[in-house]
Amino acid sequence: MITTPQPPAPPSGARVNDVALKIGTVNGTGSASANGLLRRAIFRMGIPVSGKNLFPSNIQGLPTWYEIRANGGGHTARSRSFDLVVAMNPATYRRDIDEVRAGGWVLHDSSWPLGRDLLRDDVTFLGAPMAQMCADNFTGDRVRILMKNIIYVGVLAALLEIDRTVLRSLLEQTFAKKKALLDSNFLALRLGHDYAKEHFECPLPVHLAPMDENRESIIIDGNTAAALGCIYAGATLAAWYPITPSTSLVDAFSHFCGRYRKDPETGKNRYLIVQAEDELGAAGVVVGGGWAGVRSFTATSGPGLSLMGEFIGLAYYAEIPCVFFDVQRTGPSTGMPTRTQQGDIQSVIYASHGDTKHIALFPADPGECFHFAVDAFDLAERFQTPVFVVSDLDIGMNDWVIPRLEWDDSYRPDRGKVLDADELEEIGTFFRYLDVDGDGVPYRTLPGTHPRGAYFTRGSGHDRYGRYTEDEEGYTDVMDRLDRKIGSAAPAVPAPVLRASPDGRRASLGIVALGGVDRAILEAQEILTAGGLPVDYLRIRAFPFANSVGTFLEAHERTFVVEQNRDGQLRSILVTEVPFPGDRLESVRRFGGLPLSATDVVEQIQEKLGERTRLESSVPGTFA
Amino acid sequence: MSWIAKPRVAHPGLPRNELGLTQRDYEGRMSTLCAGCGHDSVTAALIEAFYGLNYPPHRIVKLSGIGCSGKTPTYFLNQAHGFNGVHGRMPAVATGAAGANRTLTYVGISGDGDSLSIGLGQLAHAIRRNVDLLYVIENNGVYGLTKGQFSASADVGSTAKKGAANMQPPIDPVLLGLSLGVGFVARSFSGDKEQLVPLLQAGLRHRGFALVDVISPCVTFNDHEGSTKSYRYTREHLTEVADADFVEPKREIAVSYAPGESIDVEMHDGGILRLRKLAEGFDPTDRDRAYAHISERLHRGEVLTGLLHVDKGLREMHDVAGTVDVPLVEVPHGDLCPGSAALDALQESFR
Repeated sequence: MITTPQPPAPPSGARVNDVALKIGTVNGTGSASANGLLRRAIFRMGIPVSGKNLFPSNIQGLPTWYEIRANGGGHTARSRSFDLVVAMNPATYRRDIDEVRAGGWVLHDSSWPLGRDLLRDDVTFLGAPMAQMCADNFTGDRVRILMKNIIYVGVLAALLEIDRTVLRSLLEQTFAKKKALLDSNFLALRLGHDYAKEHFECPLPVHLAPMDENRESIIIDGNTAAALGCIYAGATLAAWYPITPSTSLVDAFSHFCGRYRKDPETGKNRYLIVQAEDELGAAGVVVGGGWAGVRSFTATSGPGLSLMGEFIGLAYYAEIPCVFFDVQRTGPSTGMPTRTQQGDIQSVIYASHGDTKHIALFPADPGECFHFAVDAFDLAERFQTPVFVVSDLDIGMNDWVIPRLEWDDSYRPDRGKVLDADELEEIGTFFRYLDVDGDGVPYRTLPGTHPRGAYFTRGSGHDRYGRYTEDEEGYTDVMDRLDRKIGSAAPAVPAPVLRASPDGRRASLGIVALGGVDRAILEAQEILTAGGLPVDYLRIRAFPFANSVGTFLEAHERTFVVEQNRDGQLRSILVTEVPFPGDRLESVRRFGGLPLSATDVVEQIQEKLGERTRLESSVPGTFA
Repeated sequence: MSWIAKPRVAHPGLPRNELGLTQRDYEGRMSTLCAGCGHDSVTAALIEAFYGLNYPPHRIVKLSGIGCSGKTPTYFLNQAHGFNGVHGRMPAVATGAAGANRTLTYVGISGDGDSLSIGLGQLAHAIRRNVDLLYVIENNGVYGLTKGQFSASADVGSTAKKGAANMQPPIDPVLLGLSLGVGFVARSFSGDKEQLVPLLQAGLRHRGFALVDVISPCVTFNDHEGSTKSYRYTREHLTEVADADFVEPKREIAVSYAPGESIDVEMHDGGILRLRKLAEGFDPTDRDRAYAHISERLHRGEVLTGLLHVDKGLREMHDVAGTVDVPLVEVPHGDLCPGSAALDALQESFR
């Protein structure tokens, strides 16, 4: 029985390849595969697309959402309002229906009536009796639950003109060895599609059409890309403790090791993965491995990072190369484990007690996760220090379209200053922490190399000769050198990326940010510029900061520091480390756990400009 | 002065091992522990053990956590890489180092605070992983470096120097190790070098995690009436399970006294320790019986010493993981990096 009321007249303006879609389902019902199918099909149609999974910290039963944004112009940051919502979970009907933009559509299961109180007169309700169709066509609870997902894929294929040939070939790939399931999927797809064709006006004015933007692109999440970077960098030791949202990084590493790291003759492993008892253990294993000469890494998130603090300080002070991936989630404490944030910027850069400062790389997308992973191992060995690759849940676990990854086969790892047995034989004496070259980076030796290379590594006070000390002079000498050493990494880390105002005009306004907010800012920059507010944008990619960061700040009257945390952590670090007067840096923040959208940036900048300059803005307030 | 160089002078007549090295080549820096500390005796036993096994010093890795025990790796094996890490976390560092290079010999020195309080989880999981490591606990029942607090191995009723009595039950590392399935566990007394040296050597030879609990009295904070880990108490309550079978024939350094007999051992402070071997026919391969026997003796206030359990069939960490035989640190990058062609092929699945 269908109780959908009469829809209002469709909006006149048709839009092609600019669709924001949200699907609300129940965790554990198999919707993830259906949503992935949709996203992949749109990708194969050659349209830039992103898929963002908003999932609960739960295995089964709680609400979960998937957001797809397809945009021919390449804007795939999160959208805050949706053209079309697929409401499959009665528990969240209210909020899901509220998120449809005026003039948009709601697709819902009309097997049961929709409560009158849920109705809005500015959106169109499209009811399809999906549960009923499943009951009529499939047997068994499991299949019926699963096929309901494929039916909505079929309905959407008709509504949005998603290529059904592509959908079918993707299903064929997935179910190549399961003929019965493939047939069920084909049937469900057809049922949904045919129902839509018969009952709805298809396609909707907002729909998709094939493009050719993805020929040189892949779709990948950041954790997979980072794991691949570890493989290519030659990392052989991973130690970890499972924690959302970093778990899939080590899982992917393990998967790739199985594929690429078997000795062809013996079948034995050219890697070791240690699932430790906790993050303290994981950090210790990584430190031990780096000390003994392998490229070792761990992946964690905020709570794990807190536990690793003591070992991080040891690695800094004893100068041990190792790599930490911090896939940030919403803190403090347990926080919201399945929501994103940039809340660890400060705790990474100054991790551990005492005076410490760390090299940190901030990838903006999975492509940079791959390349920065490789850079991190080189930097760690070159500067003999822990290096952090700081991404977030949105980058790490969501699907991003990026240019194909490229690998230069002439790459050779930078092992830094490691003395081998012959060199040790030649030199008279070896002192571990002596600044022989005057560049702040001493020489190191690996255990087992040569009796002359032996030294005692300690986290307790030591002097330049590696001797235990409690003397002010010997201690201070090493600490000052460490400060110089980390500072000297500034030209070696990934340089900031400048994107000048798109209209070519000189801008007095600047935006500074780092990490996964990039796509939202690029889009916001276009909107602001089009609205008469030219703005330059500098994306910081690493700490210590390059000189160009200070230059950029000096060159702009006002700079907005955009970040996803409450306290404006990046802004504070700019004030401290550039250093730069805080009154010329204004915070633009959204930190409630969702990926940033261009609208967030535009609205807040407009508001701040309005507050301080009473600027008449011609920029529209909301963007689809 | 907290760092004291030790002059390297060796008498030309000093005996040499098969590598042509003297015991002096296995020594470290001058100890800065209290005079008479049991830990220094353990250090001496380690030096003798390595010398006797003809191990090249630079192929040994020595690690420790924090505390008095944590300081001791500086006092032996000057020519070995050492690592004094963070409190209670030596097992993790050892796991990583052994993970990187499986061809070196690893010895970790810990204490009762380091192992049984702050590092209990680390110890337990290193045993489970069966890292190829000789793990020595210098056990004195007290926190020496922070001046006399009880550790988790202090016995109920033992009193601290200031007079307070410990009311919490102790954790016995030997029983703990047995319940976790450790492949090698022994107990000895710091003052009993004749027993300790062969036990350390057997532990070094054991492939996998070897736990040696050495009761090592603290002369400053825990060697007084009322402490159950004082010299006097330990001497009066030690019973020995002798087992020389495990030490391979070529290296046999037998504890050569017969069941029922007693032996006088001169200790570093000049005291005499009388050990009595009790258990003729004690079978260290039977874990359950070893557990029952040790705990029965503990209930009677007796500390059994000797090789208490060994299981040579356990596979160590790398064997379980299926790691290549060549140490990971020596695998060339060319064998680790799949190259651009593989990346291109892989990316077809990302479309």
